[in-house]
Amino acid sequence: MSKHQELEDYRQQIRECVKCGTCRAHCPVFNQVQSETVVARGKVSLAEALLDDKIELDQRLISDISQCLACGRCVKDCPNQVPTDEIILALRRRIGREKGLTLFGRGISTVLQRPRLMNLLTRLGRAFSWLVFRKVPKGSGLRLRFPAPYITRDRTIPAIAPQAFRQRHPEFIAGDAEKPLVTFFTGCMINYMLPEIGDCVLTTLKGLGMNILIPRDQGCCGLPALCAGDGQGAARLADRNLEALTAHKADFIVTACASCHSGLTKHFRELGPDHAQLASKVMDIHMFLQQQGLAETLQQLPRQQNPRPVTYHVPCHLRQPGLKEAPQNLLAALPSVRLVEMKHADACCGLGGTFSVYHYDISKQLGSIKAEGIRDSGAEVVATACPGCMMQLQDTINHAGLPQQVCHVLELVAADLKKA
Amino acid sequence: MLEKRLIKILQDIVGKEYVSTEQADRICYSYDATQQQFYPDVIVRPADATQISLILKMANAEHVPVYPRGAGSGFTGGSVPVKGGIALVLTRLNRILRIDLDNLVAEVEPGVITATLQKAVEEVGLFYPPDPASLKFSTLGGNVAECAGGPRCVKYGVTKDYVLGMEVVTPQGDIIRTGGETMKGVVGYDLTKLMVGCEGTLGVITRIILKLLPKPEAKKTMLVMFDSIDGAAQAVSNIIRGKIIPTTLEFMDATALACVRDNAGLDIPETARAVLIIEVDGERQLLERQAARILEIAAPLGIVHTQIAATDEESERIWQVRRSVSPSLRKVNPDKYNEDICVPRSKLPEMIRAIEAISHRLEIPIVNFGHAGDGNIHVNIMVNRSIGGHEEKAETAIRDIFAKTLELGGTMSGEHGVGTSKAPFLSMELDTATMGYMKTIKRALDPNNILNPGKIFLEDQ
Repeated sequence: MSKHQELEDYRQQIRECVKCGTCRAHCPVFNQVQSETVVARGKVSLAEALLDDKIELDQRLISDISQCLACGRCVKDCPNQVPTDEIILALRRRIGREKGLTLFGRGISTVLQRPRLMNLLTRLGRAFSWLVFRKVPKGSGLRLRFPAPYITRDRTIPAIAPQAFRQRHPEFIAGDAEKPLVTFFTGCMINYMLPEIGDCVLTTLKGLGMNILIPRDQGCCGLPALCAGDGQGAARLADRNLEALTAHKADFIVTACASCHSGLTKHFRELGPDHAQLASKVMDIHMFLQQQGLAETLQQLPRQQNPRPVTYHVPCHLRQPGLKEAPQNLLAALPSVRLVEMKHADACCGLGGTFSVYHYDISKQLGSIKAEGIRDSGAEVVATACPGCMMQLQDTINHAGLPQQVCHVLELVAADLKKA
Repeated sequence: MLEKRLIKILQDIVGKEYVSTEQADRICYSYDATQQQFYPDVIVRPADATQISLILKMANAEHVPVYPRGAGSGFTGGSVPVKGGIALVLTRLNRILRIDLDNLVAEVEPGVITATLQKAVEEVGLFYPPDPASLKFSTLGGNVAECAGGPRCVKYGVTKDYVLGMEVVTPQGDIIRTGGETMKGVVGYDLTKLMVGCEGTLGVITRIILKLLPKPEAKKTMLVMFDSIDGAAQAVSNIIRGKIIPTTLEFMDATALACVRDNAGLDIPETARAVLIIEVDGERQLLERQAARILEIAAPLGIVHTQIAATDEESERIWQVRRSVSPSLRKVNPDKYNEDICVPRSKLPEMIRAIEAISHRLEIPIVNFGHAGDGNIHVNIMVNRSIGGHEEKAETAIRDIFAKTLELGGTMSGEHGVGTSKAPFLSMELDTATMGYMKTIKRALDPNNILNPGKIFLEDQ
């Protein structure tokens, strides 16, 4: 089985941190907590101290290391490009190995590694949802509260879908013979919770005449397990995805989830040349659609009168030049949409995967920064390109009592394509 | 380790949650940008001047070292707790208390990030010029304590030129006020100027009154490439003699250019051996004339190429070239000694030639860039510590560079301060009587030497 690097292997990169403090200007968590132990420079120092036996792996250290959104800002803005995100994941793997995973970490890692168990839970969860969920007042009906262990009572998460996305659709959907074959990596949130986004992906791809493959054997991207410190589990998932996604020679592999995109394109490269090759092939769906000329096609559709004001939240994992603009270019081209600006559009939503489970208070504080931007934007709809961000933004909107709806960019794209 | 009894007193003063002796905190408040590490015994995060006064009274009575700290981003070890004791973290004092539009002053607490104040005053059409490279994360308290500079200081002056008054807690725990908020004031000694740049050795700053300017209407950025380093250095000197003070006059030598050539996003021909980035600001209609005059002065000095930014994006692209220098230096060698000498501007060409000669003689790469317009050059001695003899060579290079700087009437630090890094060289610049005078002040104000001990002066000097 493939294996990630050990913390020890990052010694050189750790040494490259010159403690200049630039990360203090960019870390969303540090901005809230104001403790040097959570900022990148501090975490890198803690990693070094751990390697040098100057600190013990105690609860305090574990808590400090858990305070990371994996948003990547510290790396992007670091003058020396120190890979703090990878160093933190290596630290978490070491914590997982030496101290065991947390209850939640073990849960998430176990479930996400077993699609059949996940499908079963989906059915059971659906059947018993009246026991665990409460509907959000005035909510869309899809959004429910989930008072379960580890998840705070006042938190909103989407309901579980009646039937998982991959069970709803055939594995292969033929398009025009001369068009490329596109493999769709669904990710867990689209598969189990928001299959309607997956449907919109299919609508859009079919509209372009693409041949579509939804490999049955694909699993979780592995990012949740990796963030929880389960290196073995994450590598196992990566190996499985490698097999599932490369079994057929697809021309493109697309994702509609920013986190899955980051998981597949970045975090498993080091597992070997095959993994690196797969990583290079995975594309964000918006980028793919833009390259296929969809923005131009949308531009030519008849303009709708009084288009709805829509604003865009930039997911942390789609902040790179190109990836950042592609979803917005599609939105701007939609006949039913007037794209409006939002203050703090590229500020983190506060989810950070498991981060928001352990540090929901900080998560909510980050959410309140977003709420301010959403409120002032004048938009009716907040569109984004990541189901994780969608969940968190909806939670933020519910807490702030705002009227805006949250949706995926592709939901708007598919709606306008259907109308046309 | 500090006695339990003293920790208890600290907890009573600031509250239990703001005192830590945890190893994780001791590690993370042990360093600054010099990468030296000295663990404090305890980290204390006070909320206001009263608490700081109580802490200093206790520390003075018990002879416990106190190390005031902002963002910990200094380049000379100013905040590093070299003797353990208390790391006094001041970032909870982070309020902008007021921005006075009638008198063009701002009153702030020391933990405010420089960029935060700049953004706030610019929103109301005002301007706080000092712009150290760390402005997005360094604190105003740290900027004042070290008297930070930056590119814009050519025209606008450094931090000390903007501090009108302060509230300071003395090493013995008294709360005093220096200066005020008037544009003039000559009552008593100028303690404000004494405190600015004292590197936290004479008092803990708890409030700062800053002078603001109207925000300039527009700016114009130019990048001028020269075929020789001498041409660029001469241009700086000639521009100043031509009675023009640009906003910024930044300089980069051939090695710096080689480092950024591949990823600067700008075409830098091989024939370019030095670059000046020149910016002028002010009323829009005056800028064209100023820019033209500057280019006219530089014209006979071997210009390879000139680029004038027409838009803000183009200006940003030019500045990106300058900003990408520092991080890309690792291409030359992994470790660096970063000095910030300052010479009279007319001596710049001679200084640059001398540094080149030293680099050549010791066979060690030295990269020069920085704020040439005020004679302040960032001299980066690039070494590889794992190669034997490199560190000794660096030491020799620093000593030789300082000697030449002083010979030309310069100073060994323009904006970084002395701290621990330059303390061993202090006697090269200050004569015995002058240093003695300074130490007398320190002894009188801090008889038990509890405030930031181990900085500026070596113990045995």
